[in-house]
Amino acid sequence: MRLAIVGAGSVGRAVLNQASQRGHSVVAIADSSAAAVDPDGLDAAEILRRKAQEGQVGSAAPDTLFEAPYDVLVEATPTTLESAEPGFGHVERALSADRDVVLANKGPVAERYQDLQALVDGSAGRVRFEATVAGAIPVMATIAAYGPAQVSAVRGILNGTANFILTRMASESLAYDHVLAEAQELGVAEADPSFDVDGTDAALKCVIIANVLSQGDQIHRLAEADITGIEAIPTSAHQAARDAGKTIRLVGEVGEDGVRVGPRLVPVDDPLAVTGTENIVRLELADAGPMHLAGRGAGGPETAAAVLADIDRLAE
Amino acid sequence: MADSEMTQQAYTIRLELADEPGQLLAALAPIADAGGNLLSIFHERGNITPRGRIPVVVDLECPPDRFAGLVDRVRSAGVNVVEAGADRLAETTQMLITGPGVAADLDQLLSGVHADDAWTITGLDVRTPAGPAGDATVVLELTVSDGDLATVRATLVQLLPASAVLIEPLEPGGP
Repeated sequence: MRLAIVGAGSVGRAVLNQASQRGHSVVAIADSSAAAVDPDGLDAAEILRRKAQEGQVGSAAPDTLFEAPYDVLVEATPTTLESAEPGFGHVERALSADRDVVLANKGPVAERYQDLQALVDGSAGRVRFEATVAGAIPVMATIAAYGPAQVSAVRGILNGTANFILTRMASESLAYDHVLAEAQELGVAEADPSFDVDGTDAALKCVIIANVLSQGDQIHRLAEADITGIEAIPTSAHQAARDAGKTIRLVGEVGEDGVRVGPRLVPVDDPLAVTGTENIVRLELADAGPMHLAGRGAGGPETAAAVLADIDRLAE
Repeated sequence: MADSEMTQQAYTIRLELADEPGQLLAALAPIADAGGNLLSIFHERGNITPRGRIPVVVDLECPPDRFAGLVDRVRSAGVNVVEAGADRLAETTQMLITGPGVAADLDQLLSGVHADDAWTITGLDVRTPAGPAGDATVVLELTVSDGDLATVRATLVQLLPASAVLIEPLEPGGP
């Protein structure tokens, strides 16, 4: 497939890097200031070098990406809320031209699911979004394999930054600010970690899952989710939990009552109590019971692997 | 109307008695006074609870419309009724309360928590802040007689300052 990648952050760059190994060609890539286009396929190493040295991927105007002869648009710009722009607009342009779209950007799927469905209904193009939930972990593929009607509930640890902070605070009895600074130095937390520590990121992923499970009967958005973050949990709470045989984790849940994200007391030996930045998702299947999927939920190469898995499915 | 003509229903009540002389009599006398027929009493002296109490399981018979009054009499005698009924399950759960505002309101929180009779406190762990910048943490171990943990959550949220964080167990009642 010929790919046009919007967004040259860690995910966009990783897709560019992995594409040719997976048998796909990148014909265009754009960041916020410029685009690089080549119908015969871009030289990934050259683009990455230019981005690193000059801060942009090319010299053409960003919009020229949409004129390239691409089959699949990869939307990897930062997640935005409510109107989900400019990401939603990019998806709209691609579908208007009957092209396929693979999203790593959570905004359009979490905040404008109904509008997205309408675009898909009116287009020959298809949309896939495995990469929007738990990185490389195939949550969407597993739900699709059994059918959304088979999945009665989902819960999981969906944000590695928050989980890292909680597990470090518990294991080392360190203060929140100390562990956050540590996480930022390690690249596990961003300079502005709000979405991760206040539960927004986990909630967006749960909203996406809720939309898929509802199959159009009910549209979920971030504003309706019940969200509590981890910023107010002191070291004494982790010590008290440990003495009660429990550990504190930021758990996201999708169930009959909608989406709920918040810190929970989890038995120490529960499979859901993953440590560090790992993610885990537990699906409750009607016939097969509880099923756990665990692995790396974030990172450029990990998320790009999910993007390329979606592209491979579109290519079938 | 003679007693033998009224429908007798079998019930089980679970009590926790202080380990003191006369406690068992204090528990059983109200049952008999309220018209209950004692069927069996299992007094587990070897199985002391974390709070130093002795579990007692009483099987009895009484007319269904007398049962609620019977339980009230036992409670009024100062006996801790953990579970009462044929089909109600007692669930024990832990709730962790932490965050800003908890240390300042600790007395009020603990009074409020003890005063509510929808649950029984079977354990309490209070960690006060290490320094002026620290926050307090309270872990409550609760037994809820009708398993209604949603009501427990709602009631606790009302007792807590807005800035507090209530951390509930993942599987209410335990896996």
